[in-house]
Amino acid sequence: MLLVTCPNCGPRNSTDLRYGGESHARPDPNTASRSEWRAYLYLRDNPAGWLRENWYCASGCRRWFSIERNTATNEFRDPPLPGDKRGGAA
Amino acid sequence: MTMSRQGVQPTEVIDRAVKLRFRWNGKRFSGFEGDTIASALAAAGEQIFSRSMKYHRPRGILTADYWDPNLMVQVGDDPNVRAGHRLLESGMDVRSQNVWPSLNRDIKAANRYLGRFLTAGFYYKTFMRPQWLWPTYERVLATFAPGGKVDLDTPHAYHDKRYTHPDVVVAGAGPAGIEAALAASNAGASVLLVSHEHQVGGHLRYSSDAADQAALAELRSTLGASDIEVLTDSTVTGRYEDNWLGIVQRNHPIAVERLIKARAKTLVVAPGLIERPYVFEGNDRPGVITPGAARRLINLWGVKPGERAVVFGANAEADAVVGDLERVGTEIAAVIDGRTAARISSTAGSSRAVEAVMVDGAQGPQRIEADVLVVAAGWTAPTSLLNMAGDRPVYDPAAARFFPSDPPSNVLATGGLAGDGDLDGLRRHGAATGRLAAARAAAVRHRLQASTARALPVDGDEPAWAPDERAPLGRDPHPELYRADTHGMVDMSEDISSKDLVAAAHEGYDSVELAKRYTTATMGPSQGKLETVNTVAAIAEARGETISQVGTTVWRPPYAPLTLGALAGRMFEPVRVSSIHPWHEANNVSIIQAGQWLRPDHYGDPAAEVRNVRRNVGLIDVTPLGKLDLRGPDVPKLLSLLYVNKWMKLGVGRVRYGMMCAEDGVVLDDGVTGRLGEDHYMMSTTSSGAGGVWEWVENWLQTERPDWQVHVTPVTTAYASINVAGPKSRELMSRVCEGVDLDAEAFPYMTVREATVAGVAGCFMWRIGFTGELSFELHVPAGHGLHVWEALMDSGCDLGVASFGLEAQRIMRLEKGHFIVGQDTDGLTLGPSTGMGSLIKLDKDDFAGKPELAWAADRSLPMVVAIQPDDPDVVPEEAAQIVRGDTNEILGRITSSRYSPTLNRSICLGQVEPDLAAGGTKVTVLLESGERIGATVIDHHAHFDPAGERLRG
Repeated sequence: MLLVTCPNCGPRNSTDLRYGGESHARPDPNTASRSEWRAYLYLRDNPAGWLRENWYCASGCRRWFSIERNTATNEFRDPPLPGDKRGGAA
Repeated sequence: MTMSRQGVQPTEVIDRAVKLRFRWNGKRFSGFEGDTIASALAAAGEQIFSRSMKYHRPRGILTADYWDPNLMVQVGDDPNVRAGHRLLESGMDVRSQNVWPSLNRDIKAANRYLGRFLTAGFYYKTFMRPQWLWPTYERVLATFAPGGKVDLDTPHAYHDKRYTHPDVVVAGAGPAGIEAALAASNAGASVLLVSHEHQVGGHLRYSSDAADQAALAELRSTLGASDIEVLTDSTVTGRYEDNWLGIVQRNHPIAVERLIKARAKTLVVAPGLIERPYVFEGNDRPGVITPGAARRLINLWGVKPGERAVVFGANAEADAVVGDLERVGTEIAAVIDGRTAARISSTAGSSRAVEAVMVDGAQGPQRIEADVLVVAAGWTAPTSLLNMAGDRPVYDPAAARFFPSDPPSNVLATGGLAGDGDLDGLRRHGAATGRLAAARAAAVRHRLQASTARALPVDGDEPAWAPDERAPLGRDPHPELYRADTHGMVDMSEDISSKDLVAAAHEGYDSVELAKRYTTATMGPSQGKLETVNTVAAIAEARGETISQVGTTVWRPPYAPLTLGALAGRMFEPVRVSSIHPWHEANNVSIIQAGQWLRPDHYGDPAAEVRNVRRNVGLIDVTPLGKLDLRGPDVPKLLSLLYVNKWMKLGVGRVRYGMMCAEDGVVLDDGVTGRLGEDHYMMSTTSSGAGGVWEWVENWLQTERPDWQVHVTPVTTAYASINVAGPKSRELMSRVCEGVDLDAEAFPYMTVREATVAGVAGCFMWRIGFTGELSFELHVPAGHGLHVWEALMDSGCDLGVASFGLEAQRIMRLEKGHFIVGQDTDGLTLGPSTGMGSLIKLDKDDFAGKPELAWAADRSLPMVVAIQPDDPDVVPEEAAQIVRGDTNEILGRITSSRYSPTLNRSICLGQVEPDLAAGGTKVTVLLESGERIGATVIDHHAHFDPAGERLRG
């Protein structure tokens, strides 16, 4: 089972967290086209490699955070501050 | 082959002073403490232990250990017990499996004459047509299925689970594994050493060599003096991401089995090597054994394997077994050295015993009389745990086995898996591996602690990742001995011969993964530990390629089969109850489990409970209702963002209903939120949505609007919640409330007030109602819930107060046409489909799901509507389809249905296509029975009191 490092609680079993999926910015709801909005809802890059993704520390501090994970090796890098879910990742 | 117990052996593990009596197929037998079931039976002269799966051929001992495919037995109600491993216990009732009527006379042995028909894919090819006969085929074939009998009346046994976080786990307790554990422990690591066998020591256990025994004694005493945790009769069954390990412990003092989940910082893999059988004609005849079997029988249990032996082999193991056999008086008829051109070609004898071995040696073909044939053809490297770590072992033809390739750096192999050497060489490699494992574990430990913000600070920098400077073990040359020039059994568990594999390859199943699935080779109880490489070799031969070219199957968890009981473990499912629960239990409650909550469903008669609420006053415990305490100046903005309706102007003391939609416009939750103070709000959610909405709120606040000043506290269980409903509820409340004016003018519908109730300060209540009656939803600090409930009950005797449960509430909400998110809506129900489209305020700047809801406004959507069957006595099942006339075209479905004791008729909510949503539309409901009934969509969701006069009262 994957160990995921929460910025507050440290490394924890992935079952202690909720996977929030790939980080992606929310389009402006007032100007987004249907295709932009639906890309936000449904389309994911799903790369084999580094991916910025969101996790919710459900059984710990209950903070959302984003972190980069290499989907091919499951390495993590640079856990940012909590709440920085979509920062720099759009 | 006649086996018999011999005099005391210096290495034996049996206690001859403790005699154990047991039964074998109903007959009395005895053995000694320390015997396995198989060794006790062998000592008593038993030769046949099972019948083979397809051909029902008699089978005897092959390896005399855990992996022996021929020693599966039933012990009492315990099927598929490995008699080669399971220790004998007094009073055991041991029976053979897969035999009928008996082990000695088995009628299905006739299958063996059908052998040429029962080839690869026989079942697939034969029982495909005609298809309508399959149920018959299945019934007959089921009686041929191998395996023991499951007794459905077996009492539940206790299984246990444990979690542990050692620095180093060592899988395998041979000399290399023990040295690794000791070295890691000496370097300061916490170590868990796991031995598959009953004793540590690996192959030293059954070596009669004096130096081996001295080394074993030394290793055991050093291990005993260390603080290493040693698990015997336990197996590391799986290695998962980040060294998460499953370990099954079979000898726990209390539990039948215990599943240990270990997070190791480094894993040392030291399972040793497994002797590989040789493929030749008659290789499954009882009397053909591995050298390990002979040495275990002699040295662990003092059992002589036979009177006259032929030994065929190509390695030191074959040399060593000769000495052991001679010591117990087995005559050595011949030693055939596989390092020369000499080969064995077949065995001769009855189906029950070897009588002679056919040898093709320097003198040409030769028949040698013997009752036992020991075959040392080489080894299989059980690289399973390395495979599970992502390694792809590589075949070395010069050594005739697979070796680790490039496992991740926190998984280290040692012992025979890693290479060959003398005992000192293996021990040195083990110790070096242990030191490396400890050093890397220290680096991992440092990193884990340093990356935990609130952990104690770690001294110093993270240690460098220790380089692997171990002197590699050598590789002894070994001839590639897989198959003689005759065909024989490759997989004894599944009765698959080399001929079957060749046939499969010729039919096109020539990749090892395909051939495995087509023939089921390697899929039996030995899980490929004995068969995999011979299977690969047979395929390679059929393809005219090398083993490297064919490659091997990927070993997956588990390393050794484990029971479902071990996986299920101990049940640990906590439930939640409200503080009022003791009252319910004392009052004839019928409980329903909703998520984790145990809730009162009814107290005997839900219809009577409904009538009492409509006539008098009732109390329902609604504590599981989700409650979020929201504070801060930006709460109205948060509410406007999450709910589809408007919230910026909700006055203090006011309550409003709101609906939440997800970003795809689908209904997520609903509930009321009240403003208790200037910057203080209380949000309620559905009971099942309490957790999800909290997460949803946190997500928006933390990630999208981190600058907003809102503090969220979940208070679901901080308050006991009681809904006081019915025309006499105001009278009842007035008897227990202080500090609040309950008058309809002062405390109107959809407002909230704080009050002292039954002497309990800090309660708040809002005038809302799911039941449609005048009602007060009271929230009491949880510790006082039972007191307030009892005070209400005591104060309202003359008013006819009575409790009501979820079922009565469900009936009443359906009478009122209130939909339930998740019951009357589903994962595709957009906001406007609920009939609450007017709530959605698209002129708000932003809210969750706004674009989808804006686009949905232009579309005609399925609608939630109230429906009444024309026959008032018919209650359609929930999920009954609404269809077009006599066709099966689906136009909607019933989502909720009940019989209304208020209206004396059946009532429903349903979802229908847009053109059926208008009041007065006739629809057809298809019942589960196949009957079609007429029903009518009505004007309002509310079947009862559509104007809402009762609840505003």
